[in-house]
Amino acid sequence: MLGASGLIAWRRYDRGGWSVGDQGGPREVRDYRVADHGGPSDFAVIRGTSASRPAEMVRHAVEALGGMRRFVSRGDVVAIKPNIGWDRTPIQAANTNPEVVAAVVQLVFEAGARRVVVTDASCNDPGRCFQRSGIWSRAHAAGAEVLLPAEHRFRTMRLRGEVLDEWPVYRTLIEADKVINLPVAKHHNLAKYTAAMKNWYGTLGGRRNRLHQSIDMSVADLATFMRPTLTVLDAVRVLLRNGPQGGNVDDTQRMNAIVASTDQVAVDAYGCTLIGQRPENLAYLRIGEERRLGTRDWHTLRPREVALRDDGATERYGLIVPAGVSPSDVAFDLHHPAPRIIT
Amino acid sequence: MSDLPRPLPWLGVIGQVPALDVSAPSGGPVSAVLPAPLPVEAAAPEVTMATAAAAPEVRAEPPWWASVVSKVRSKFKTPKRPGSGLPARKIIVWLRNARRVSQTGFLLLFLFLLVRTEFRGGFAGGATVRMPYPVEGFLLADPFVALMTFLSTHTIYRALWWSVGMVALTLIFGRVFCGWICPFGTLHHFFAWLIPNPQGATTGGRRVKANMTHGYQNAKYYLLGAFLVAAVCGSAIGGLFDPICICVRAIGLAVLPAANYISGRGLDGLSQTNIHALQLGSDATRDALVATVMQPRQYFFHQTWVIGALLFVVLLANRWIPRFWCRVLCPLGATLGVIARYALVGMEKDHSKCTDCNLCLVDCQGADSPQGGVKHRHDECHVCLNCEVACPEDVIKFTFLPKRTSLAKAQDTLDRRKVLTTALTGAAVLPLARTSDTIDSNYYDRLIRPPGSVPERDFMERCIRCAECMKVCPNNALHPAFLESGIEGFWTPILIPRIGYCEPTCVLCGQVCPTGAIQKINETQKLGDPVRHIEPIKIGTAFYDHGRCLPWSMATPCIVCEEFCPTSPKAIWVEEVDTPDRNGHPVHVQRPHVDPTLCIGCGACEKVCPVQDRPAVYVTSVGESRSKTNVILLETSNYNRS
Repeated sequence: MLGASGLIAWRRYDRGGWSVGDQGGPREVRDYRVADHGGPSDFAVIRGTSASRPAEMVRHAVEALGGMRRFVSRGDVVAIKPNIGWDRTPIQAANTNPEVVAAVVQLVFEAGARRVVVTDASCNDPGRCFQRSGIWSRAHAAGAEVLLPAEHRFRTMRLRGEVLDEWPVYRTLIEADKVINLPVAKHHNLAKYTAAMKNWYGTLGGRRNRLHQSIDMSVADLATFMRPTLTVLDAVRVLLRNGPQGGNVDDTQRMNAIVASTDQVAVDAYGCTLIGQRPENLAYLRIGEERRLGTRDWHTLRPREVALRDDGATERYGLIVPAGVSPSDVAFDLHHPAPRIIT
Repeated sequence: MSDLPRPLPWLGVIGQVPALDVSAPSGGPVSAVLPAPLPVEAAAPEVTMATAAAAPEVRAEPPWWASVVSKVRSKFKTPKRPGSGLPARKIIVWLRNARRVSQTGFLLLFLFLLVRTEFRGGFAGGATVRMPYPVEGFLLADPFVALMTFLSTHTIYRALWWSVGMVALTLIFGRVFCGWICPFGTLHHFFAWLIPNPQGATTGGRRVKANMTHGYQNAKYYLLGAFLVAAVCGSAIGGLFDPICICVRAIGLAVLPAANYISGRGLDGLSQTNIHALQLGSDATRDALVATVMQPRQYFFHQTWVIGALLFVVLLANRWIPRFWCRVLCPLGATLGVIARYALVGMEKDHSKCTDCNLCLVDCQGADSPQGGVKHRHDECHVCLNCEVACPEDVIKFTFLPKRTSLAKAQDTLDRRKVLTTALTGAAVLPLARTSDTIDSNYYDRLIRPPGSVPERDFMERCIRCAECMKVCPNNALHPAFLESGIEGFWTPILIPRIGYCEPTCVLCGQVCPTGAIQKINETQKLGDPVRHIEPIKIGTAFYDHGRCLPWSMATPCIVCEEFCPTSPKAIWVEEVDTPDRNGHPVHVQRPHVDPTLCIGCGACEKVCPVQDRPAVYVTSVGESRSKTNVILLETSNYNRS
């Protein structure tokens, strides 16, 4: 008895004291990017008309980058992170368009993914956000697993960022083979513009309200932590004022655009121009570029721009592709700058 | 009130009563008024018969296994009934089993509805969020709630007319609600079985004594009188004692969150081990629990330990008085008891056949004097049918239109003077409570009522403290008031924005409110519509504490409050300022302001303010739409705009 108690006292001896955890160490990074297979482009912009369906635009955007198979391999578990932050309906444009989400889910399944998880750590009550945004029903119909954030799905991690150190991180989003960022372009009163990089707020749990005291640095820290496989920006309907929550349809404008890229900085640099911002006004883009997360100069990413026309034809790089021709039948070849239709 | 049994004497002819045990020397006629304390064997026939069967004729040393064999045998043999040995009517045995099924079923239904009293969302749901079925159904069928609110408001609010069905049921069958349906009654039935009287064990004299009619059982009628008088005077305070309200409140606000906490901490502990299988198992269990009965996050309720502790005390009281709540305090039981006096179905006793074995009392739920020689307390009877099943002499019969002579009358049981004094108490409590610091004077500034609430006086006439609104609130914003709304407003709902804010598009609290204290509003009424000139419903107004606000006093950017402000245009607007830090360098900050004409008091700003302990922005109830006096602005003033 004495021996046992002595052993316990010796083994479990606590000297007490006061210390802080070590601050050093390299930054935590979750890198889901794929090795560059030399896709035709790393930056695609689709401009549709009010008659274009979002799903169609998404398909064109991903095809312009070389198709979803460039990013997703057979048997992958893919996490898709739309913005489902607010208890708003699709027309209020505070969350990612549900049709865009469903289109990406479908493309990912077509590329052979085993499992697709759609989730976000919402600001408002998650049940309401997921349901009323329409994302729950559309993603479910497309075959994805829609997961509501629950406390136990977060695990505290040391991110070791400039301002973000110990935070609860949404495990579902980081425990996947591939992660696709699916933001919506919006005005944000403090950050000025929010889309791809700031969308990673939804990977954090805990009391995120402190982040705003250094919003640019925390956005950059998060974008350093999360390096997505692909970013697809929803700019079908854009919230121009009263962001990021909006609430009034008058504050939104239909822009019928989809941007897809492997570079989240470039997506934001392009996207902010949609609401009349300039990339040089956004400090987090500058920090992101300094940290080599990407480039603000999207022109260097071999951009491809596709305009969809009302008659169903698409106009791409000067080539009119008639309706009925699949986007994948249009060949892009670096050695032949002019695209051609494969017959 | 005396603790002594006070049965009402039966004045009819009493026959010769044969002794229970024929082998014992026969005694004289047993006193019909007050039976002598019985030996334990008399109340435990199974034990007696079993031992008798096992006893050998010849005086021989019984083998060691004899007692084991006899015990096992007695498990499989139908014990011979004592006394005449007449079997109970088949229909009654069947009905008792039906009652057990009904009790279990209704308890499960209640728990199902309670767990479902929350918004979970789903892929099939659209933009309009409502409860798919009436989760508050048990309250709607509660005649006590209907009667109380009818007396206070002179109306029957919407689906409360369901309770007429319960009145009809009681007029036919008596208090079947208590014995067959009531979830709180079933809990008491279960706990009285689980924790029986320590001295009397499960059977025996003490148990029989405990199940005899006692004077204290009248307390509930006096209590009912006091509550109904209070209702006439304008307070639905009786809801504090309604069993369904207690069930929702105690299970919904105390038991379920506590269970959530325990399971969460336990499974967290497993997931923090380094054993992968345990982690996976823990996650899977968590997922399964969240998908069925638990909430995805821990809910907290203001001072809910009192609610939990009272439930514990009431359940524990079954140890001394079986079905303590139902017999002594339940005002719903009392309401139904009054109605049950006129019920079509009742008990008829053949007193001449009664042998005073008291088997009927062993499992009696209502303590309603089923034994012979006394009048039956029809108003106390839960119609559990245990007595008729137990009766070996076929003395007790439940039948349509029983002979009224064997039933006790109200004037036999209630003391007129006590009725009067308790009624006066009910009338007196109200002015005392209302001349304290509530409603009319020194109104608590953070008494924020749910959206759609009626003015405070009307609110007191309607709110039965059932806690449905608190259970359904998706943001954990609604809480049982402790003393915030005075002694009268105990456990009425208040909104504590620091724990959770009012979700602007949510109208669920009004949807589940059974009495209209929170009116059933729709989204347009709540959010307003500028095109149709509908004003939004305000529940308060936000204010800034500049000394604690980061942009105001610490030269630090923040405005999370503005980001979360849900109105459009936002009630919180920002002023762009360059303010010097301590070194004199200018820092660009946005300083938030509130526009009181636009603020709806939802409390989202207070919830998300990063100043953790006491937030720099907070909501008080001033400006709430429901009040004509709790206001700041002249109606036509247009603050901040030209």
